Amino acid sequence: MLNYIKLIALGLIALFAMIAANYARDLAYMVHAILIMLVAAGMFLWVLRRIDEPVASTAGLQNEYMDGVIRYGVIATAFWGVVGFLAGTFIAFQLAFPVLNFDWAQGYLNFGRLRPLHTSAVIFAFGGNALIATSFYVVQRTSAARLWGGNAAWFVFWGYNLFIVLAATGYLLGATHGKEYAEPEWYIDLWLTVVWLVYLAVFVGTIVKRREPHIYVANWFFLSFIVTVAMLHVFNNLAIPVSIWGSKSVEVFSGVQSAMVQWWYGHNAVGFFLTAGFLGMMYYFIPKQAERPVFSYKLSIIHFWALIFLYIWAGPHHLHYTALPDWASTLGMVFSIILWMPSWGGMINGLMTLSGAWDKLRTDPVIRMMVISLGFYGMSTFEGPMMSIRAVNALSHYTDWTIGHVHSGALGWNGMITFGALYFLVPKLWNRERLYSLSLVSWHFWLATIGIVLYAAAMWVTGIMEGLMWREVDANGFLVNSFADTVAAKFPMYVVRGLGGVLYLTGAIIMCYNLWMTVKRSPAVETSVANAHATPAE
Amino acid sequence: MEEYTFLRQLADSWGLLVMFLTFVGIIFWAFRPGSRAWHDDAANIPLRHDDRPAPLAGEHPAAVQGGEGQ
Repeated sequence: MLNYIKLIALGLIALFAMIAANYARDLAYMVHAILIMLVAAGMFLWVLRRIDEPVASTAGLQNEYMDGVIRYGVIATAFWGVVGFLAGTFIAFQLAFPVLNFDWAQGYLNFGRLRPLHTSAVIFAFGGNALIATSFYVVQRTSAARLWGGNAAWFVFWGYNLFIVLAATGYLLGATHGKEYAEPEWYIDLWLTVVWLVYLAVFVGTIVKRREPHIYVANWFFLSFIVTVAMLHVFNNLAIPVSIWGSKSVEVFSGVQSAMVQWWYGHNAVGFFLTAGFLGMMYYFIPKQAERPVFSYKLSIIHFWALIFLYIWAGPHHLHYTALPDWASTLGMVFSIILWMPSWGGMINGLMTLSGAWDKLRTDPVIRMMVISLGFYGMSTFEGPMMSIRAVNALSHYTDWTIGHVHSGALGWNGMITFGALYFLVPKLWNRERLYSLSLVSWHFWLATIGIVLYAAAMWVTGIMEGLMWREVDANGFLVNSFADTVAAKFPMYVVRGLGGVLYLTGAIIMCYNLWMTVKRSPAVETSVANAHATPAE
Repeated sequence: MEEYTFLRQLADSWGLLVMFLTFVGIIFWAFRPGSRAWHDDAANIPLRHDDRPAPLAGEHPAAVQGGEGQ
């Protein structure tokens, strides 16, 4: 019966997508309609071919973890990571050498089109897939229960990746809200809302049926990430489509309200997507890799709630010296500075988990990766509050310093902790004894670290330099430098930044090779020792 | 009273007070006497049930062989 409902729904979606492709008012919408038509028609055939097949019994599955979807998530994370880093490295060189904005690809592959592709690919595709995969892994292990909702987890995985493909192709074809980190247009936003609510249901459902008395702290972080991102996404994307047959929509807010909602969203995307979610990862994978419980559970509770209560107010620091009232930007600044404490609470808690086991840093490059991610987390959560101070912001805002800050956080903290988690997960998920090569992990570690250092140092220099050049006035009060002067002065640093990107990308490719060979070549875990150890049949 | 003024005043009086007291309450709750055993138990959660879910109450323990600890 369920299969018939599925067939009807998929058939209707395919039909509607065909009609939409026909009436499409712009290229991006037409391409998306055709894409959705193909996906729906393909799924229709898939369901149809299996319609009267005997259904496998799911009785014993409650005593096994659902790891198939996590394996797919790990692969997607590694794949989108390389795509995102490649796009980032390419646009870094586009800034240094404008000739790379090829004439034949104008309107598709120029910097303006590729930049949102890069940011969304690294944050939402790489980071998002990493968060979904690790949260599914962690919530099962720490709840001692199988994922709730059967195939709903698969829907979350494929639905989220469809969202990414729609968003990325939309940017290249010019469908964009024009809101930073919230560029996808209205129908893509609606789709993400559906996927995200199912994600929330799977996660909460698993927590509800847990067989542990406590909800482990990592799950608190993941839950706050899922709930808050849902709220931020809905409010920041309130818009009215111009036509149901076109991708263009008009935002309901305007002026300073629009700016405030955008940066309330933007900064909390940093706070809850890139911080809370990844802290959830940290609270599971660092204790696992160090094989000891977290340093202080009390500290984890207090810094969790402090982070939740403070982060949500920090957004206005993006709007110093704008039409936003002074009291509001002062509020944002003050909360950003207070936020320094809970951020470092998390860092200290992670680092101190290693106390008594610091020798592992010498022998285990995976834990080295996790520790340096905490180092970068501490560094960028010190830099951020400092940059939110109005006087510092007067120099730093609109300069490359901001970009350097974001990347020391994203490449250092989010990237490194994700790499650590992937190195932990792949042997576990594919039932391998160990990684293929630890020395390749060391290569990855050093290439990535040196890459970040090159990137961040270049951006500090060029950011402060251009900030000072912009505000330099001569004895008569005239500006000394034109904008083009600053662009010319930045050239060497832009090349260094691009080289940093090349190193980071090379490290990620080495990781993919290492993980691939782990699955292909590493010896499997001895099955005779633990007969209850077999790979879950999925 | 217009909506903006009302919300603004609510936010910096009762709203602020409620959130601040909730946060202080959480700190006291975390440090309450007898919380150590609870926290030690919770902190060790990642170190068990690595390979398969915990058995339901009354289930045969042979099904749990793969689990570490507990």
